[in-house]
Amino acid sequence: MNFVAILIGGILVNNLVFSRFLGLCPFVGVSKRVETATGMSMAVVFVMVVASAVTWVIHHAILVPLGLGYLQTVAFILVIASLVQFVEMVMMKISPGLYQALGIYLPLITTNCAVLGVAILAIRTNYTFVETVVSAIAGSAGFGLAVILFAGIRERWEITPIPKALEGFPAALIGTGLMSLAFFGFQGLFKALF
Amino acid sequence: MKNPLQVVINGIVRENPVLHMALGLCPALAVTTAAENGFWMGLAVIFVLTCSNIIVSLIRNVVPSKVRIPCFIVIIATFVTIVDLVMHAYVPEMYSILGIFIPLIVVNCVIMARAESFASRNSVFLAIADGIGSGTGFMLALIALGAIRELLGTGNIVVNGVPLLGAAGLGFEPAVVMILPPGAFITLGLMIGLVNVLQSRAKQRRVA
Repeated sequence: MNFVAILIGGILVNNLVFSRFLGLCPFVGVSKRVETATGMSMAVVFVMVVASAVTWVIHHAILVPLGLGYLQTVAFILVIASLVQFVEMVMMKISPGLYQALGIYLPLITTNCAVLGVAILAIRTNYTFVETVVSAIAGSAGFGLAVILFAGIRERWEITPIPKALEGFPAALIGTGLMSLAFFGFQGLFKALF
Repeated sequence: MKNPLQVVINGIVRENPVLHMALGLCPALAVTTAAENGFWMGLAVIFVLTCSNIIVSLIRNVVPSKVRIPCFIVIIATFVTIVDLVMHAYVPEMYSILGIFIPLIVVNCVIMARAESFASRNSVFLAIADGIGSGTGFMLALIALGAIRELLGTGNIVVNGVPLLGAAGLGFEPAVVMILPPGAFITLGLMIGLVNVLQSRAKQRRVA
């Protein structure tokens, strides 16, 4: 029940992009084509789940017992940066096909604030280890859903006339606003279910 | 030799991080439910950006370029931790409003972008000027965005507990959607559109 709530909440109601404002740079950056959006989402799912699990262990096994809670930010960003590098190297050795598909997106993820954001949020809401992993799966799935849906819309409006001043980035923001408005509908669903 | 004053103005007007370069969007959209939040977020970013610019500029000839990015991250994370602890101690209310976006200043692309594209290539004084300029540009954009959203979404602007427009405010039914996430996206989109219009007008005038 609790896990279902975290999953549905993370994907639909508290969607990372549309309601928490996390990961906007990659959201706008890779949402021009559905293919790149899909590749990026896969990479984010992978990194976010591993990063949240590792940072949870580091926080509860190293930082808290040693009274180093104030080092959280420094420790987490270093862990995530080196983790991304490590994942990249392992993937290159073990699965070149997957590396080819995700490779170019991996370095970009280090500066994806969604990864660090989800890790810190999990600590701040006092999630258990399993809840942390579930919330990371939900968060990254929500990011994937948002970016792939939005890429579909952007592919369509490439052939639509848009006022010159709004072309490109401003139009993308306004479109995101409208999608976020649509996602607000899910709040009622959440209230009805739980 | 660049003029420091010019660098400051450049950061605020011609290369405004939010309105021109579209950097640092996550905090810009997330915390601007009120003008005051924008001010504090901007203040935190000015501090981190100026300090990290100073250190990055000082070590620019010492650190090999291959490991510069991890170095920048550690420098930035250190100053973010300082801001985090100071704000937690002295402005606890604002600290809880800004929430995770204080530690997330680490991954704010404005700071990384200025470290990489400016501070690592210029002298310390210019780096300070750039930090103050770009930081102020970021802050002003956030205050403007926050003010528009607060005014339309609540009908008033509250600074330090005092409503600026008197108790009655604007006197219309406020559009709550403006302080909700959709309002943030749409307002910033229109603001950038407006800046684009003004810019192209100014360019035409220069040509004519």
